[in-house]
Amino acid sequence: MSKLNTYEDAVAAYEPVLGLETHIELDTRTKMFCGCSTTFGGEPNTQVCPVCLALPGALPVANRAAIEATIKIGLALNCSIAEWTRFARKNYFYPDMPKNFQTTQYEEPLCEEGYVDVTVDGKPYRVEIERVHLEEDTGKTLHVGGATGRIHGATESLVDYNRAGIPLVEIVTKPVPGTGALAPEVARAYVTELRDIVRSLGVSDVRMEQGSMRCDVNLSLNKPGAEWGTRTETKNVNSLRSVERAVRHEVRRQSALLDEGIKIIQETRHFQEGTGETSPGRSKEEATDYRYFPEPDLAVMEPSREWVEELRASLPEPPRQRRERLQAEWSLADKEMQSVVNADAVELIESTIAAGAASSSAVKWWLGELSRRANEAGEELGALQITPAQVAELQGMVDDGRLNDKLARQVIDGVLVGEGSPAEVAQKRGLEVVSDTGALEAAVDEAIAANPAVADKIRGGAHAAAGVLIGAVMKATKGQADAGSVRQIILDKLAG
Amino acid sequence: MSTISREEVAHLARLARLEVTDDELDAFAGQLDVILESMKTLAEVDTDGVQPTSQAVPLVNVFREDQPQPSLPRDAALAGGPDTFEDRFRVPRILDEEA
Repeated sequence: MSKLNTYEDAVAAYEPVLGLETHIELDTRTKMFCGCSTTFGGEPNTQVCPVCLALPGALPVANRAAIEATIKIGLALNCSIAEWTRFARKNYFYPDMPKNFQTTQYEEPLCEEGYVDVTVDGKPYRVEIERVHLEEDTGKTLHVGGATGRIHGATESLVDYNRAGIPLVEIVTKPVPGTGALAPEVARAYVTELRDIVRSLGVSDVRMEQGSMRCDVNLSLNKPGAEWGTRTETKNVNSLRSVERAVRHEVRRQSALLDEGIKIIQETRHFQEGTGETSPGRSKEEATDYRYFPEPDLAVMEPSREWVEELRASLPEPPRQRRERLQAEWSLADKEMQSVVNADAVELIESTIAAGAASSSAVKWWLGELSRRANEAGEELGALQITPAQVAELQGMVDDGRLNDKLARQVIDGVLVGEGSPAEVAQKRGLEVVSDTGALEAAVDEAIAANPAVADKIRGGAHAAAGVLIGAVMKATKGQADAGSVRQIILDKLAG
Repeated sequence: MSTISREEVAHLARLARLEVTDDELDAFAGQLDVILESMKTLAEVDTDGVQPTSQAVPLVNVFREDQPQPSLPRDAALAGGPDTFEDRFRVPRILDEEA
């Protein structure tokens, strides 16, 4: 268990330098170099062929759609697109690749030198992109052994190569200095922006929780004015929240070591989702000896300028620009829009509005009650088991007077645990505003009888006192009355 | 002076996850040295003005369309592996690394 400084102490004494490597699985129909399907969830080893299994004599051919998708990503990240580029072999021996190498790009990536602009705490940061290259994903290994009880006494790996060969885009930033204490937030903002950009291109579903977007976080610390420190690379960072937590943890851990005069070693670390800490993985010195060389089995690529311009012309409205447009359409203040973005709610709200809700209601639900639920559950907003269409349905029930806010929140309880749509939950749990006027009037009469002094005050014109009676009626109806209607009935009865 | 050292051979063996005895290290270093020495003959060719290439065929932009093709039947795919378990390839776990 390593010692940690508080985050505040750490950033008071040291300046963090960030770097992010992001892998994105493209959603092409076929793999990078063969015609095997990329459909997720197939039976193990049913989407493999001589090429992705590296059987002798098999020859790879690059997937045009994957090249186009990568160029689009490069263009959307303001990169220049190589006029001449090729693949390389990264040689390593690990059973996740049957070839004993991964086909990737080395000195000649498809795209280079771009940037992503993000805003954190009202301040703009430009995260520079070093390169965007194309490679292939690895197979999935399942480690089994005596400890799991599955195979007694054995310690081995079971491998499924369905994922091996799926096109994977790697996006590497340049080191990002100058973020100070905001390093975790800048890291998260960058990954969020990158995800939104790639999603807008429609080339990947970029779902971190499903592994179609994966992030490695590089971090080093230095004393102000000193040279940059040695960095660690944290892997397995699989949610936006984890990106932030991983940065925060490394800042706290490294600063505690540096305080004691201990050198940081360049190593790969693993993020532990449960504790929010990082643990050491393999050290870099041997692993980096990948003996890259140009891939002889694949032709070099010379993307024509016409092709590149055609792709550029096909790019959608950039997410940042789109957000500015939506902010105006939704009439939100900068701060509110920032909250929407931070909560990762832009698309959720947009879809909720598309499903029929007013923009103010859509914003209110996602930023208010639902954000609170997500926080309580330690989940991303989008991971909540409620769809934008259901939120719109819920708001519709409120608008129709069938639910009040309190009941609506109880309906959300049911939707989140899978009891069905808002209408179904309301029906099953008996959550409907009491609209039976007779029943309400009876409850009001009772409340008046039980509180004669209050009733007199209201008769005397002190309408504010109605709150007491409303409270009594709400209690009597277990909250299932519309407070506005109750108030009206009370005032009508006690008028004059 | 040999072209490849015993340490380099040991390093390569480690990267390739091969277990090599001390005797074998000596033997392989000697054998690899002969191979590398022979390949040095190529260095005598005058390559001034010749563009470096990684390929013998002057093709560019060879792409395939994104159309799924049939994969191998699973049994045929698994038949090439050393061992299988529950439709997966079974291999020794590499202990010093996490996946």
